[in-house]
Amino acid sequence: MRLRLVPAETKWDFFERYKLWLGISAFMMVVAFASFALQGLNYGIDFRGGTTIRTDSRMEIDIAGYRSAIEPLQLGDITITEVFDPSFGADKNVAMIRIQAQDGEEAVTSAVIEAVEKALQAQAPDITFSSVESVGPKVSGELIQTAIIAVVLAIGAVLIYIWLRFEWQFAVGAVVALVHDVLLTIGIFSELQIRFDLAIIAALLTIVGYSLNDTVVVFDRVRENLRKYKQKPLKEVMNISINETLSRTMMTSVTTLLALIALFVLGGDVIRGFVFAMIWGVIVGTYSSIFVASTILLWLGVKRDWSKPSDTTGNQFANVDA
Amino acid sequence: MLQIDRWKRVLIWLVVAAGVLLALPNGFYTRVETHNDAVKAMEAGGVAPGLEEQVALWPSFLPSGLVNLGLDLRGGAHLLAEVQVQDVYAARIKGSWPEIRDLLREERAVVGTVRLQKSASDELRIKLSKPEQLQNAASLIRGLARPVSGIAAAGASDIEVSVEGEVIVVRLSEAEKLATDERTVRQSLEIIRRRIDEVGTREPTIQRQGGDRILIQVPGLGSAAELKAIIGTTAQLTFHSVVSRASSADAPAGAGNYVLPSLDEEGVYYVLEEASVVSGEDLVDAQPDFDQNGRPAVSFRFNTSGARRFGDYTAENIGSPFAIVLDKEVISAPVIQSHIAGGSGIITGNFSLEESTNLAVLLRAGALPAGLEFLEERTIGPELGADSIEAGKLACIVAFIGVLVFMVLSYGTFGIFANIALVFNVILIFGLLSMLGATLTLPGIAGIVLTIGMAVDANVLVFERIREELKSAKGPARAIDLGYEKALSAIVDANITTFITAVILYAVGSGPVRGFAITLGLGILTSVFTAIFVTRLIVVIWFERRKPKTIEV
Repeated sequence: MRLRLVPAETKWDFFERYKLWLGISAFMMVVAFASFALQGLNYGIDFRGGTTIRTDSRMEIDIAGYRSAIEPLQLGDITITEVFDPSFGADKNVAMIRIQAQDGEEAVTSAVIEAVEKALQAQAPDITFSSVESVGPKVSGELIQTAIIAVVLAIGAVLIYIWLRFEWQFAVGAVVALVHDVLLTIGIFSELQIRFDLAIIAALLTIVGYSLNDTVVVFDRVRENLRKYKQKPLKEVMNISINETLSRTMMTSVTTLLALIALFVLGGDVIRGFVFAMIWGVIVGTYSSIFVASTILLWLGVKRDWSKPSDTTGNQFANVDA
Repeated sequence: MLQIDRWKRVLIWLVVAAGVLLALPNGFYTRVETHNDAVKAMEAGGVAPGLEEQVALWPSFLPSGLVNLGLDLRGGAHLLAEVQVQDVYAARIKGSWPEIRDLLREERAVVGTVRLQKSASDELRIKLSKPEQLQNAASLIRGLARPVSGIAAAGASDIEVSVEGEVIVVRLSEAEKLATDERTVRQSLEIIRRRIDEVGTREPTIQRQGGDRILIQVPGLGSAAELKAIIGTTAQLTFHSVVSRASSADAPAGAGNYVLPSLDEEGVYYVLEEASVVSGEDLVDAQPDFDQNGRPAVSFRFNTSGARRFGDYTAENIGSPFAIVLDKEVISAPVIQSHIAGGSGIITGNFSLEESTNLAVLLRAGALPAGLEFLEERTIGPELGADSIEAGKLACIVAFIGVLVFMVLSYGTFGIFANIALVFNVILIFGLLSMLGATLTLPGIAGIVLTIGMAVDANVLVFERIREELKSAKGPARAIDLGYEKALSAIVDANITTFITAVILYAVGSGPVRGFAITLGLGILTSVFTAIFVTRLIVVIWFERRKPKTIEV
């Protein structure tokens, strides 16, 4: 007896309600964009500059007390959050303190950090500082820039690769799905105000990679079936392809999610935001390769005759048994 | 059908065996680390009791490369510093003044007397008593220009001389500025390296980033503040003639002179000649010492040319004061009692013992040619790193077991084959990381966990394909063969696209993100290798032994 995530043979019509799915996706993208435009992202110091101090104490954390200890230093905007993790015992109380970048200072001054540490020590004598990170505004501006460049470059490179290996319609479908995934991920970070830092960019790019992986597997099958069923309408061929690859799509998503959930629960609080982005990305990416990328491809249509010698662009692997 | 050449089989097992061997040291991390440290110490000529035993902890015929742990896992200090390259321009251009002055003095009959005007710090403005000779004098000064060193700047000369109204303006040329920047950053890099080596911490990373930045990572150091204390001081030591004493920083200095505060006497300022007599570059040694009153001091020694200049200067200026200046502050300004030959001396000031020891270290390592501005600093406590490793390990194991169980439930025997390949996959990643000496960061661990999840993808693609082929009632051997053949294009395309993003991440990212890109990229390579070659080989071997009539995937 085998574990089956989907029945051995499925004949589901994935395009029956394509308007509904596209509508949901479009709506979600609008919500994501609006949230981003209205409340923005909760940028970490990597992108905004400033200092974060992670404190560790045996005593209960008194956020108001910490705040009143630091406030006299007049450092502007200060956020103090308590950090929870299942692995922390009762005598491990962790807080994150974020101090905004100080006006008119390109570089980071140790004096500020020292003063904050002293003030906190007066409040909680046994406090230790397990990490202190400062980023100057000069670097943070550049980091945003390189992050955007990275995401755009990745999507561009992928567009070109798929265009070369398939047809331009496939490339457009895949890239629309990617933009969809990236937007929704940024949207949820904005909506839930989860800290957005450099590691999240890494997560975004991984989502790009993963979502693409999924899309390419479906498209690969579409390409194969287009050769196999020369007379069938495109919609039918695409449905067959998605149904045939569905079992694999689900298997891979579930194994990946399994690994990610383990990391989310047990991997510690430092990377939880990062892992959350990836979990979200895997779910959205799986959805988008079927309901966004494929629908776009169907809508754009493809050239049907793949047997002509002129379009053998890079199909050496698929030609074997066509 | 279902045949793999013998040489291919041998090759596949060899690669796997190499991976296991390379990954092995990581299983005995502290032991191998002690061994490596001891070997390094012995190579450096160190002899300490117990060193031999430490070397013997790990057999020398086994590879001893380890995966480096990033700062976020090991704890330590991280600094990103920007070298203030423009600092050097001023010194360079001011340094050329004596030469220009001497040249124009020789020609006094023609050009008249010369005076240096007040100017921005990176230029010289020269006024002549005979303004009609401006062009003539300018071309004389141009004769002093030297070609810029370096290949890129072929043909360019180091200074630009122009006439602006009544004055001649001398500036550094753009080519010279570029060449100077390059030199300044390289020197800074070298000096930072020397200073950190003097302190003797293990495996520091000191890298140049972009044009004028330097990244410094020192594992195990208490805090970024400590690191800054070591490398943040310029330690520019110079000796100047004292023109006069003053009581405020705004005292009129006169061209070619500047006003500097005293280090420990408040409200005391000195007007000094800007061009130095001797500088720290001529030092060959500096040691913590005590003066005749038993207070901490630093004794130093000049090289021959420095000693000669210092000797000549002191011989000519007996009875007048000279100033010892450290980083734009006058440490002391003693009166020259006699001709100081031999080129050694002692610096006294209100030092504590620790300060004098530190100053000696800094002087020995050499001065930074320019100031540093710190753009980024991070301190990660070792406990936090250790916690992260523990959490990462646990998550890896749980993720691993989850995936293993899931694969067996879904694909039975074939699932077990995929799992064997998965184990090899993780081992290969660690082997490659150790071989490359790559750094494992916290996001890097996430990359490995993600790879575990995704590595099965290639196998899943093949297995699903075999299932489909079995439906069309082909024999099991043919179905397996076709499964691999037809799944290949999907595997290749899917993984190349992910690999592209990993490469871009590596190229654009920095620090932890780069660590993630490395493990993700290596993970893709190893997972494709294990799926296409290792699992297939296992399946083929199993098929040859059992020769099953039917198979269930």
